[in-house]
Amino acid sequence: MAAGGFISDDGKRAFRALLPPFVYAVFLLAIPLATVVVVSFQMRGAATGEWLGGALPAPAATALRIMVLLYAVTLPFAFVLIARAGQIGRVIRFLLLALPLWVAALWLSWSYLATLGFGFGNYASVFTDPINIRGVLRDGSWLPGLLPRSLFVSITVTAATVILAYPIAYFISFRVAPENKSLWIFLITIPFWTSYLIRIFLWKVILGYSGVVNTALTGIGIIDEPLTFILYNVNAVIITLAHAYAPFAILPIYVALEKIDRSLKEASRDLGEDRFTTFLRVTLPLSVPGIVAAVLIVFIPTIGDYVTPELVGGSGGLLIANRIQSLFLQVNDPGLGSALSLVTMATVGIVALAFILSLRRWLKRL
Amino acid sequence: MKIPALRIYAFIYLVFLFAPILLLPIFAFNEGRIIAFPLSGFSTRWFEALWERPSLHSAVQSSLIIAVLTSILATIFGIFAARGGALANFPFKGGIIGFIMLPLVLPEIILAVALLVLVTKVLGLAPNLYTIVLAHTLMCTPYATSILNGAFANLDRSFEEAAMDLGESRWSAFRLVTLPLVMPGIVSAMLISFIISLDEFIVAFFLSGNVTTLPVYIYGLRRQSDQLPIIMALGTILVVLSIVLLVAAEILRRRGLRRAGVEDSGGFL
Repeated sequence: MAAGGFISDDGKRAFRALLPPFVYAVFLLAIPLATVVVVSFQMRGAATGEWLGGALPAPAATALRIMVLLYAVTLPFAFVLIARAGQIGRVIRFLLLALPLWVAALWLSWSYLATLGFGFGNYASVFTDPINIRGVLRDGSWLPGLLPRSLFVSITVTAATVILAYPIAYFISFRVAPENKSLWIFLITIPFWTSYLIRIFLWKVILGYSGVVNTALTGIGIIDEPLTFILYNVNAVIITLAHAYAPFAILPIYVALEKIDRSLKEASRDLGEDRFTTFLRVTLPLSVPGIVAAVLIVFIPTIGDYVTPELVGGSGGLLIANRIQSLFLQVNDPGLGSALSLVTMATVGIVALAFILSLRRWLKRL
Repeated sequence: MKIPALRIYAFIYLVFLFAPILLLPIFAFNEGRIIAFPLSGFSTRWFEALWERPSLHSAVQSSLIIAVLTSILATIFGIFAARGGALANFPFKGGIIGFIMLPLVLPEIILAVALLVLVTKVLGLAPNLYTIVLAHTLMCTPYATSILNGAFANLDRSFEEAAMDLGESRWSAFRLVTLPLVMPGIVSAMLISFIISLDEFIVAFFLSGNVTTLPVYIYGLRRQSDQLPIIMALGTILVVLSIVLLVAAEILRRRGLRRAGVEDSGGFL
């Protein structure tokens, strides 16, 4: 077998081995996501009408439509062909000349889609419906919009989870004997593998009005009245999610800490830093990649959880995912649901990106 | 001394992590209908009540079918992905592997929405048992891949080459030499995929149609507080099952790593 090009035979075999799972992921992930984008522009109950020459006789109207479509499709290729010839001046001149045609083609394609019921209506309603972003006045109190509230909950959960997880990861990496490390890691992942719904039900039982925490605290005599601020509100959602995502935060930080060269710490101590400043100036900065991974892997999925808010969040604790769920399964408006999902995804992406960029800047200054 | 402070914190944290699953059997075996302290005596009646529910039995049956099919499919894809990952590099290899692992970090509701739209809008099907299998396979493949990566990554390629030098074809060398060496990893990946599929709720709920899986059944009981002890009993069985499978998977995973001669980095994730 001759090695073709710069890919070795082994590389080709690797490609062939990766092909089945990759194709599967394309079919079940890329195509569905693309469909969600298309569906998000499809408005429920939008009038579908005749496009171009509805008054003409049928063959003439069809011919006109085909011509316009052909034109709209071939125009981008014309640009590419000229650009590949490599003469920028000519491209610009052509662009300027063809600009009106280009606009016309876009407008025609758009008007075609509009006759099929496509448009920005779903996005407009995502941004203007006060329940999503601006917030509503309910029972005399201000309820912030679902999206900012979900972001707040996700950010709080992420912060709480990562801050609580860091000492554990540190403990396992630096204090536990090497032969016991994998046992500890295993212990930490056990709760994660037990039924997710059952765990939420249990938090409900633990945090409830006559739940474990309240009966224990009243039993000891610390409080007289059961605490009510721990169930059916955002606090309960935060506690439950911080519990559910604990291993996701611990493991990346642990891996980053394991990679740190132990002699660096010794060097720092030899040079006169105390234990705390060594941590602050050596260990912590070196573990930042793990912290970033932990933050992202907790933050991104938590926004998609609708069971925890529904079961322990009460009416004020419902979040954006609950709205998406009800748009799909109760209201039956997949267009609006898709638009809301995509806006949520984009927001999450922007927040995550902003986090990474600001952290990078902060690290540079260090 | 600073060390005990960290150790005490670690134990408190473990209590926080394990509190729910430790309380679960206590309530499941509690006589009273109300889930609260003080307890009102030992009883197995909630477990007995589980037998008298035909709808629960059909939910268990669908869940088991889904979980078994998912664990087989996801593990097969995982073997392909881990094998490909262990072989030489080629352009965009990282991107392809990243895409296979993407379901790990995507919010589940986005996955659920996307798959529901695919099934109903593109394929024009009604959601059924097999659409859940397809979805769960997509979600479990990254986990299976990451477990099998450990088994494949540092496997000595020269074993396979030796078998080929001795006259075996590439496929039979893989089947007779490599596959037995990674077998513990394969079983471990199947067990983990099985657990994930059995417990998965969000996507199953979107795609369930008229099929009820076990978590969907449990979810359906959420508003009936008199059903809570039954949920606890069911949960106890599920948790015990998960832990047994998990321990088995962990033992096999470690054995696989030892066979491959790799230092254990710990954990599945």
